[in-house]
Amino acid sequence: MVQKMEDEIKKNYDEYVKSVTPTTSFPKNLFNAFWIGGLICVLGQALLDFFKYMGFKKDIAGFYEMLVLILLSVLLTGFGIYPKIAKYAGAGTLVPITGFANSVASPAIEFKKEGQVFGIGCRIFSIAGPVILYGILSSWLLGLIYWILTILGVF
Amino acid sequence: MFLGQASIKYKEDVFIQGYGSVVGQKEGEGPLGSLFDEVVTDPNFGGENWEDAESKLQEKIANTAIKNSGLETKDIRYIFAGDLLGQLIATSFGLKNLNIPLFGLYGACSTMGESISLGSMCISGGYAEHVLCMTSSHFASAEKSFRFPLGYGTQRKFSATWTVTGGGGVVLGKSGGTAKVTGITTGKIVDYGYKDKENMGACMAPAAADTIYTHLQDFETSPEEYDKIITGDLGYIGQTILLDLLDEKGYRIEKNHMDCGLEIFDSEAQDTHAGASGCGCSASVLCSLILGNIGKKTWKKVLFVPTGALFSPVSSNEGQSIPGIAHAVVIEAV
Repeated sequence: MVQKMEDEIKKNYDEYVKSVTPTTSFPKNLFNAFWIGGLICVLGQALLDFFKYMGFKKDIAGFYEMLVLILLSVLLTGFGIYPKIAKYAGAGTLVPITGFANSVASPAIEFKKEGQVFGIGCRIFSIAGPVILYGILSSWLLGLIYWILTILGVF
Repeated sequence: MFLGQASIKYKEDVFIQGYGSVVGQKEGEGPLGSLFDEVVTDPNFGGENWEDAESKLQEKIANTAIKNSGLETKDIRYIFAGDLLGQLIATSFGLKNLNIPLFGLYGACSTMGESISLGSMCISGGYAEHVLCMTSSHFASAEKSFRFPLGYGTQRKFSATWTVTGGGGVVLGKSGGTAKVTGITTGKIVDYGYKDKENMGACMAPAAADTIYTHLQDFETSPEEYDKIITGDLGYIGQTILLDLLDEKGYRIEKNHMDCGLEIFDSEAQDTHAGASGCGCSASVLCSLILGNIGKKTWKKVLFVPTGALFSPVSSNEGQSIPGIAHAVVIEAV
């Protein structure tokens, strides 16, 4: 009897757990991600305009802008502030380049104690690695598709 | 003598001669803060890195428990200890200077129940005069080995629990003290096929329900016999599931159920989401609130059931489910 009931619960356990687990509010997360992520983009635009105003060409100014954003993100990661903002903003801090910098800096800090080679060296891309690998792979695939379409005279 | 499927009722009781708890700052700021023997504000515990920090913590717990029992290090015949890190490095490096024969244990967060079970068998069997049973966990070393680097910006789910930095140890012997271990029920591995490692309460609740059910059957007793039935680190969601599962099996325990993971932090104010977890959670709550209340005779008989989620990052990445285990110990006032 007890065994039978247990099997019944076991079968539907995933759904049962879902029904008793509270979820976070999607609109709230969306809003927080939007305004913090947007703010980072506004900062990026301001930096771009500043470097253009300083007399750099647009693409060079763009590089400087990225460097400053990365530097800020790495500094905030080192001081433990970035994860606090990310806890609030979610994808708002994950998607911009600052999120990528955070994902490289944080394992570097964490695994520094395990040495320059096996610690930092082996672990620095433990979170960013998949993004780099599949980013390059997908750009290669898109390039291939573009090349084939050019041969076919589509472009 | 052994009872039913998985239990032992000791012919001669095993006494908890002394106990000690050491925790980190966040735990010290929690509702049980004043009950711990020592609150260490340095997250490194004077160590070089997180693993070393947990080793230092283990050493502190051992020394505190031995001191509180009025014994000296040389009086302890065996240590039964474990932690959450790979190959039990916190235990190995933390306890090596004590020069005491050691049994290293891994029961995930159920380790305190496992160590007291084995330690009390050892005493009751007459194989030692005094043994030390202890365990620890550290928030940062656990995050590092099971999740992400601390500096990585991510959002925790509501169902996630917060690993306790801390731990506790008890010295068992033939006499003395204010509490005694009178029986145990050893848990089996229970797997409901659940896979979300950010909802460990749901992974462990079936094991807790199984062990508590087996215990009540083996001892032919009822939940009302106990002032408290105390699980280790199920959290809010795990607690709901445990109560539901036992209700299905015909036992209602909501009146006397308590979960260490819900006691140690104020989940709202301290932002710990579904509760606390880690070996140190049940161990430090046992060695502060629980044994304290038994000492004062507020509680006369409790069932202490630490719960563990048996997985590693590798098993999880390879798509395995997360089975649970729970070990029950009957603790009574002297």
